[in-house]
Amino acid sequence: MASLMKPDPSFYPSPRMAMKAAPETLAYVAAFDPGRKVPDAIAVVDVDPKSKTYSKIVNTVSMPNAGDELHHFGWNACSSCLCPNAPHPHSERRYLVVPGLRSSRIHILDTKPNAKKPKIVKVIEAEEVAERAGYTRPHTVHCGPEGIYVAALGNAEGKAPGGIFLMDHQTFDIRGQWEVERGPQQLAYDAWWHLGYDTLVTSEWGTPDMFENGLVPEILLGAKYGRRLHFWDLHKRKHLQTIDFGEEYQLVFELRPAHDPTKAYGFVNCVVSLKDLSSSIWVWHRDGNKWAVTKVIDIPAEPADAEKLPPVLKGFGAVPPLVTDIDLSMDDRFLYVACWGTGDLHQYDVSDPFNPKLTGKVRIGGIVAQAGHPAHKGPLSGGPQMVEISRDGKRIYFTNSLYGAIDPQFYPDGIEGWMVKLDARPEGGIAFDPKFFVKWPAPHRPHQVRLEGGDCSSDSYCYP
Amino acid sequence: MGWLFAVALGLHRKSFAIVLLSLIPIAVGHALAIALVAFLMAGAGTLIDPRLVRIVCGALLIGWALYHWRYGHRHRVRVGMQAGFAGLALWSFLMASAHGAGLMLWPALGPLCFPEGGVGDISLRPFMAALAGVSVHTLAMLTVTGLMATLVYAWLGLGILRQAWFNIDALWIAALLVTGVILLVL
Repeated sequence: MASLMKPDPSFYPSPRMAMKAAPETLAYVAAFDPGRKVPDAIAVVDVDPKSKTYSKIVNTVSMPNAGDELHHFGWNACSSCLCPNAPHPHSERRYLVVPGLRSSRIHILDTKPNAKKPKIVKVIEAEEVAERAGYTRPHTVHCGPEGIYVAALGNAEGKAPGGIFLMDHQTFDIRGQWEVERGPQQLAYDAWWHLGYDTLVTSEWGTPDMFENGLVPEILLGAKYGRRLHFWDLHKRKHLQTIDFGEEYQLVFELRPAHDPTKAYGFVNCVVSLKDLSSSIWVWHRDGNKWAVTKVIDIPAEPADAEKLPPVLKGFGAVPPLVTDIDLSMDDRFLYVACWGTGDLHQYDVSDPFNPKLTGKVRIGGIVAQAGHPAHKGPLSGGPQMVEISRDGKRIYFTNSLYGAIDPQFYPDGIEGWMVKLDARPEGGIAFDPKFFVKWPAPHRPHQVRLEGGDCSSDSYCYP
Repeated sequence: MGWLFAVALGLHRKSFAIVLLSLIPIAVGHALAIALVAFLMAGAGTLIDPRLVRIVCGALLIGWALYHWRYGHRHRVRVGMQAGFAGLALWSFLMASAHGAGLMLWPALGPLCFPEGGVGDISLRPFMAALAGVSVHTLAMLTVTGLMATLVYAWLGLGILRQAWFNIDALWIAALLVTGVILLVL
């Protein structure tokens, strides 16, 4: 039962206020077994530097089945509960909503009373999701004005269109398809919004048959993977506008709108350019009465000896950056860019979103570099992938696996999981925390990180 | 929560004038919602025994309380931060309706509309009384929301939301229930 006298203390009216939150002491990390034999798990990692078990996995909550492919997950409720048009201030940030991207099963984990020992309190089977919502392959989970929004990659048959469905944030009932007017949207991936502009944005990957056995070269070279952004009226649930990035650009992924609800722009990464294997970061923004996109960062591929490249890249003689995740700090000042291919993690000052400045860079893993870590000399596999930023912007956590079927295409020798942490200086600049290196226990590999009390990709705000 | 919506819009558009201007459509929507129900009840009272109207009203309020307790967190959101005059009025109308609107005023309005408690009052008096009641209520509501909005926007700041936002939903469920019971038993 929620408090009677005050809203959940982890809800903040504005991002400015959320930045003053106390540092997190725990991180929840989705971990999956690429062999689909051992059940996937949510691991609880101690991130309190004062603790004896700092940088250790202190608990592992196993799912009831094997082969779910835990990937992204989210909270049942967050700061958007304080919005004036749809207030739910006495809901609790308490439950983790954890979908299996492959199984389409949705697990509800209760993080109270002991945040270190979440318990599975409900499992919603794929059939129920498909029957009630008409979707499968649930991916992104966001708490928002009408409950829990889940972006799913396939329809009930595993084909197009993918889309969004709503879940009740207290009972976890599947409430059905979100879209009222879909317009031309077919492919789905990520979804987020500008609460100040009543606008929801979605991006594209592909349907399950296009990625569940790995990326298909013919589809990629034919520019048939996702390459569009869709803009929607958040409350009328109608499609408003499509922006096509064009034939050259493939895999338009993670959506990071400005946290300040008065700012109408956001960042999205495009994983690969078919012209030169570069990755790019784009800003979406207002242009008159419409939305528009502008490319603001280009990260080139690095020439490499074909000997050291996996079969899929040998012909190119270069290692692509493969920017597969980005994250924006709470003050909308720093953008973190994970280059899963080269092993770089970049920090850009995006105070002026149209003129990003590179302010920091570290390298770990990478297809060719296999760079080490202060706490782990010797080569490391995988590269920077899912990035999460603490609310105060001082700590950055990331893991190294992308997706079970795609990992071996780029890292054919296998990926040994790890999770690391960076410390960020207030005026820019990043460095590894030499005391934080989590060597992930096999056979699991880590994916998305969520921080206790909220982080920079969990909450949205109605007040500036 | 009209005052909070007004504050948010003022913060978005960086204008105290917007805070105050937003309160007008919010008051209009609120007044329309309660007037609609109040007139319906007044009309019903001229046709059937006002005591029966009281009982129906009381039963509806208790049902409303149960609905809120179970499903109050599950609202379709139709109006967002880009709301204009019509949007705010609609939002306020829906919010007031969803919270029992005019039914909640009936313990006060009922005796005003039908002081003799008789059926067959075909004069305009019940409607004039309802209109007067709605007007007084709306003015009072406008004054209170204006005061709250000004206080929070100009002095207290948003931090107050974290400290002093007690569970109005729980309180409201109790209020619906109590009002319903009062109408039934008194």
